[in-house]
Amino acid sequence: MYRLFVLLIILMFSMSSALAGTSAPKDLKDLYFGEALYYAFQGDWFDAIARLDTELMQHHRVDEPERDTLYYHINQAEFDVGDFELAYRMHQRAGRAITAVIEGNVEEPVRNDAIFRLARIYFQKDQPVNALYAVERISGVVPSKIRDDLAFLRAQIFMANGRFAEAVSILEDLKDTKSLLGFSTYNLGIALIKEGQEPEGRQYLDHTGQINSNNALTLAIKDKSNLVLGSKLLEEKKFEGAKEVLDRVRLVGPFSNRALLGSGWADAFQGRFERALVPWSTLVTREVTDASVQGAMLAVPYAYGKLDVYSKAAVIYGSALEKLSTEIDKLDASIKSIREGHFLRALVREELKQDANWVVKLRRLPQTPETYYLLELMASHDFQESLKNYLDLEELRKKLIAWERDLDAFEEIIEQRRAYYQPLLPVIDREFRRLDSQMRLRLEQRDRIEQRLKAMLVVPRPDYLATSKERIISEQIARLERKLTKDGTVVPSGVDARVKRLRGVLHWNIYTNYDRRFTEAYKHLYDLNQKVDKLKTQYNAFVNTRQAATQSYEGYDDVIRRQRFFIQTTREKVGELMARQGHMLETMAVNELTNRRERLAEFQIKVRFAMADSYDRAIRAQAQEKMER
Amino acid sequence: MFYWLRRVILGISVLVLSVAAYAQEISREQIKGLDEQVQEIKSDVLSIATELNQLEEKLLYPSNTQVAVFVSLVSGETFRLDSAEIQLDGKPVAHHIYTFKELEALQKGGVQRIYTGNIRSGEHDLQISVIGKSFGGADFNKTERFKIDKGVGPEIVEVSLAAQNITLKDR
Repeated sequence: MYRLFVLLIILMFSMSSALAGTSAPKDLKDLYFGEALYYAFQGDWFDAIARLDTELMQHHRVDEPERDTLYYHINQAEFDVGDFELAYRMHQRAGRAITAVIEGNVEEPVRNDAIFRLARIYFQKDQPVNALYAVERISGVVPSKIRDDLAFLRAQIFMANGRFAEAVSILEDLKDTKSLLGFSTYNLGIALIKEGQEPEGRQYLDHTGQINSNNALTLAIKDKSNLVLGSKLLEEKKFEGAKEVLDRVRLVGPFSNRALLGSGWADAFQGRFERALVPWSTLVTREVTDASVQGAMLAVPYAYGKLDVYSKAAVIYGSALEKLSTEIDKLDASIKSIREGHFLRALVREELKQDANWVVKLRRLPQTPETYYLLELMASHDFQESLKNYLDLEELRKKLIAWERDLDAFEEIIEQRRAYYQPLLPVIDREFRRLDSQMRLRLEQRDRIEQRLKAMLVVPRPDYLATSKERIISEQIARLERKLTKDGTVVPSGVDARVKRLRGVLHWNIYTNYDRRFTEAYKHLYDLNQKVDKLKTQYNAFVNTRQAATQSYEGYDDVIRRQRFFIQTTREKVGELMARQGHMLETMAVNELTNRRERLAEFQIKVRFAMADSYDRAIRAQAQEKMER
Repeated sequence: MFYWLRRVILGISVLVLSVAAYAQEISREQIKGLDEQVQEIKSDVLSIATELNQLEEKLLYPSNTQVAVFVSLVSGETFRLDSAEIQLDGKPVAHHIYTFKELEALQKGGVQRIYTGNIRSGEHDLQISVIGKSFGGADFNKTERFKIDKGVGPEIVEVSLAAQNITLKDR
């Protein structure tokens, strides 16, 4: 039984991670999508959804989505977010996300895969009509990886809708499918029985009960099949057959206790009480909190009574009475512990996430309830869903508290930035304006030079490329010429010739060096362009940094205020929901324990009578024996 | 008396063999209604998380200074990665010890963002050191140095790990 519990708890906590069947793209282009997958592969659904949501939101805001790296994975991302939401048990949102994929422009296999997932959601959420409507929309190519699962789901949906004949027809095709070994034939058996084909149905249950496998789940369904068939035969008083089928159930499996009890009854009904004592004696040594074990505690002395061993029967009844009293006390203490809130407090302990057996170990803690009594309840779908919701709410509560602290830290950062930048920025801005006007001036100069050089390509102007020295000399010559011709004085021919020679030399130099100078001017302009580019980069970097400085502390107040408000209101709602969900869990647990307590109290009364009767018979038998002697 | 007792014990056994009845005071509708409200609150909290992610990025890692380092495993790699350390310009900025689940997530193709921070534009040294065990069980210790060039936009780099080498992809 302990194993059953461990198995169930492991299944309970691993189920969500098994749900999503996503895989990473071969050529991952978007690292943030890869990050969302990293969290999803660890079963950390909240972070996976939050990151993928952020990435999708940013992608949809981009002006040119085809240039965004998520563009390459957008179909998978939209699909995966629905998958993750499903794994995080947000069925409503997952349904919407998957419906969006179905209605989008996607290929047939992708669409059918999406409908399959949607139908599975509806089926899991106990909405068989919607599930049926969904699977009926599947047409065309179905991906091979889901073909068998889809057929099996379709059959289950038909069964849930009471359409057993259609389920039978599908399950008959699946009976040899390896991945569904045991499950297809078990369901086929049940569907046939429901369809009114009792003998055929029983044959399949019988067949399932004799499957050879090493797979734990197949073995579990095999045991279940035997238990169902055995119980049916027992009810119909076909004791021999019932015994045979019930004895096939493993001694260590989750159904073994019930099978042992039934097997004993199959013998007892045939008057074979010695043989009935074999399974019951095994059962009676097991965990006393189990209902079957408690049943055996009464069945064993009953068998001894039937074998006329009244004194032994009376002693065993006495011991059973003692055990029942202890168990009733334990149940009272457990109910009290739950009502005092110890159960919920224990459930949210961190150890639960680290150790799947923790729920079982709860019983070892002081003031915590006897979890063995809650075994069947805890394994039920409703309790599991409620417990997971409670644990999820606890996680959300912790996150919201941490985020409130984050917002405090953000506000402090913003204040510190404001205090640092605000006095500095006016000085920096003044200096920047001065440099900016200088820079503009120089850039205008550069532009003029470039324009002039371009024009000189068409109309050469050597005088533009005269050096400053040459310009001074030219000025000096011009001055000399003016001086010499001033007042109409006749210039001596030697002097005039010398001046003209000087001008000629100057002209010669300017014109003969023009090509070289023109090339050099272009080279200088090229060098200048490089410097200007550097300057522009620096300028842009400064503008960005300057902008970033303001943006580092301005424009956050409203966002932070809004977020704080959302967090506070959501925290209140989470607290309220936690209280309601917790109360629901406590009520479920208390109800279960109360039922068990009432049943034990009933046992106690009956056992008292039975014990008294056994003592009477033992005394009478002894008296008769004496008389006979 | 025995007939009566047999009925009692058999009755108990039938109860045991049938499905346990529980939580009679709680209806399916109540469970469903509460579940729907939990789903709604999850949706609200996810919206807050998305907004906060954006706020955090804008406030703490503006694009002009942002640097993000991602770690991935080359497809089909079987070595066991125990830890990774990132040094930026000679200073250790991130150190991570991998759990089994994290390693498995990397092996399946997930990508871990190991570091997000801020650096000036220009060239920077990035050093990656990894420790682990090879498929054969031998100790595995590797260090590689790279240069990254931070421009105006966010600098996003992927460190791809394999048993043979560590490669850097500037995204």
